[in-house]
Amino acid sequence: MDVRAQLSSVFHLDKCIGCHTCSLACNNLWTSRDGTEYMWWNNVETKPGTGYPTLWEDQAKYRGGWEVKGNSLVPRTGGRLGILTSMFYNPHLPTMDDYYEPWTYDYEHLFTAPPGDAPPTARSISKITGRYLDVEAGPNWDDDLSGSPVYAKNDVNLKELTPAEREALFRVEQLVFFYIPRICNHCLNPACLAVCPSGAIYKRGEDGIVLISQEKCRGWRFCVSGCPYKKTYYNWKTGKSEKCILCYPRLETGQAPACFHTCVGRIRYTGVLLYDADGIEAMAKAPEADLVEAQRRLILDPADPEVAAAARRNGISDDWLGAAKSSPVYRFVKEWGLALPLHPEFRTLPMLFYVPPLLPVAASTRTGRYDLAEKSYLGNSESLRVPLKYLARLFSGGNTGIISGALNKLWAVRGYARSQTSGHITDSQAKEMLTEAGLTPDAARQIARLTSLPRFNDRFVIPPYRREEQIQQTVDPQQHKYQVGFGFINPPRRGL
Amino acid sequence: MIDLFLFGILPYLTIAVAVTGLIWRYVTNQFSYSSVSSQFLENRQLFWGSVPWHYGIILILLGHLLGVLFPGGISAFNGVPVRLYILEGTALALGLLVLVGLVFLLLRRGTSARLRVVTTPMDVVLLVLLLIQVIAGIGIAVFYRWGSAWYVQTAAPYFWSVVTLSPKVTYISSLPLLVQVHAVNAFVLVGLFPFTRLVHMLSIPFAYLWRPYQIVMWYRRQPRSF
Repeated sequence: MDVRAQLSSVFHLDKCIGCHTCSLACNNLWTSRDGTEYMWWNNVETKPGTGYPTLWEDQAKYRGGWEVKGNSLVPRTGGRLGILTSMFYNPHLPTMDDYYEPWTYDYEHLFTAPPGDAPPTARSISKITGRYLDVEAGPNWDDDLSGSPVYAKNDVNLKELTPAEREALFRVEQLVFFYIPRICNHCLNPACLAVCPSGAIYKRGEDGIVLISQEKCRGWRFCVSGCPYKKTYYNWKTGKSEKCILCYPRLETGQAPACFHTCVGRIRYTGVLLYDADGIEAMAKAPEADLVEAQRRLILDPADPEVAAAARRNGISDDWLGAAKSSPVYRFVKEWGLALPLHPEFRTLPMLFYVPPLLPVAASTRTGRYDLAEKSYLGNSESLRVPLKYLARLFSGGNTGIISGALNKLWAVRGYARSQTSGHITDSQAKEMLTEAGLTPDAARQIARLTSLPRFNDRFVIPPYRREEQIQQTVDPQQHKYQVGFGFINPPRRGL
Repeated sequence: MIDLFLFGILPYLTIAVAVTGLIWRYVTNQFSYSSVSSQFLENRQLFWGSVPWHYGIILILLGHLLGVLFPGGISAFNGVPVRLYILEGTALALGLLVLVGLVFLLLRRGTSARLRVVTTPMDVVLLVLLLIQVIAGIGIAVFYRWGSAWYVQTAAPYFWSVVTLSPKVTYISSLPLLVQVHAVNAFVLVGLFPFTRLVHMLSIPFAYLWRPYQIVMWYRRQPRSF
């Protein structure tokens, strides 16, 4: 057992209101520079929709992630020799048009326009060329546009739905959509890393954050197409790739990443997970429908003395073990089985998990009014407005059992909370729902608590990094102070 | 006198500039080592430019190197006329392929507004010098036929005379002007090497062929106890 720690996250999709505050916090902090203005290390998508960059989930187009060939796991991008021989032209690279051309407005014109009959306008101009631009796409251009023929209907996850199911999904009276905020998953088996010819990308051993060394990157661009989530971006100005750094300078000083900290809906949780690094390859090779279970098996119980002993042998401190024990992520993912990885079939073992959205229950209008009570107050998995198959395509590699299991638990928790507060549901009804979902009243209380009333420190259990102690062991801290820092001594320039 | 400078001094000068320049750039500004790819901004023309250019120029440079390293072998190979024709034909075809690629690369720099933003003056200088080099090379292949035969008798011994620090200027100065242009331009390109995007040639990631897929880095790897 090779125990390692990973700083992981849970996003609770039922709570996401799609306000994009996370995106802006990230953009203000990290990507408001030339060459990165089109990047959204954190973005929020409307599902069903095509996302950002357009159709990022379509691996027939971008060839990202892993595939099982015979008995081995290989990047879908191609073999090593294939990658080296296509360096001159990466046939699967998304270009700026797959994202959008960043723009600003010609505000100057408002001040310099000559007197005329009509008030002057500020036309949009490209942030790249500085020329006037007819804006045709943006990073959240599909916002709330479920049912639109351009975005929602081209969602690749709808492929397996029958025409009738699709038709039902987009019927105007019961249109349905939800938001998915996305950041880098800081995967256990990152594909961006595996296809980097320069070896510039690496995973930090201590907390599992995946980073790109800006010095070693040579701009071969395979990480961009190789990441199935399209969460590495090419800085067109400096000729280097960049990606989400999980705000490690904040984490190392005990603060939650900016997108987590600013989240208005408080949908984000972060904490440590312990996992067995020896099992990564075997688990990533599991059959598609078993991938969620395989990944759960990889995650270890920090309360298990055997695990704790193995963790200590690997240099994981008691502080970190303690943080792992109180990690909200562990509870959501392993203990309760509520949080699921996004597209586990990409086989990168993403370490960002999503609690699937329960979504508004379909009500009956047969009696002439919007009637929720016809079947039961909260409905059941048959009255889902978004087909199970669709959610299963997103969160469980097509395994609908895992989705309905998680949704039934969410229902039972709601029922239980109702029985405790409003009395709309009787105790016996609530108990029945809990038994059916396989939850104890105690677990339901804790889920309800951590979902609806978590305090800041319940949501973010950040382990103490104690970087200063690590530094003291190698260099004089006073000297170190002048040698390091975030950023560049010389402003980064493009080539020569 | 001018011959002595161009073929006796310039090679050493440019190599010295290249070596010191590369070390200086690597030590002071490793960040600038990149292919500075512009595929993200312009995709279609790049395919017709970059792919023919790179595959063509790699084979052509390899051919030049083989002629220098194994002059005897090349002469023996060319002993049978059919082989000579095939070799010359291949070389000329590759030269034309490279020319097509280069023209596309130059065209896209001029026609794409997005690319103009990331094009440095040095990029243009480099492309123009390379174009001169390729045109001179093709000209030699067309006008002074059977270059693969006389190359091993002239350029190869000249190359070795430069390497052994006793440059035989006459080997080159007695050749046609076009060949001299080809040689001098090559020296200039060597000298400019560290100051252009050409440095990406030093970053060919052969190590990728055998490195493990995953890289994990520890701040301070702690020794394992039992």
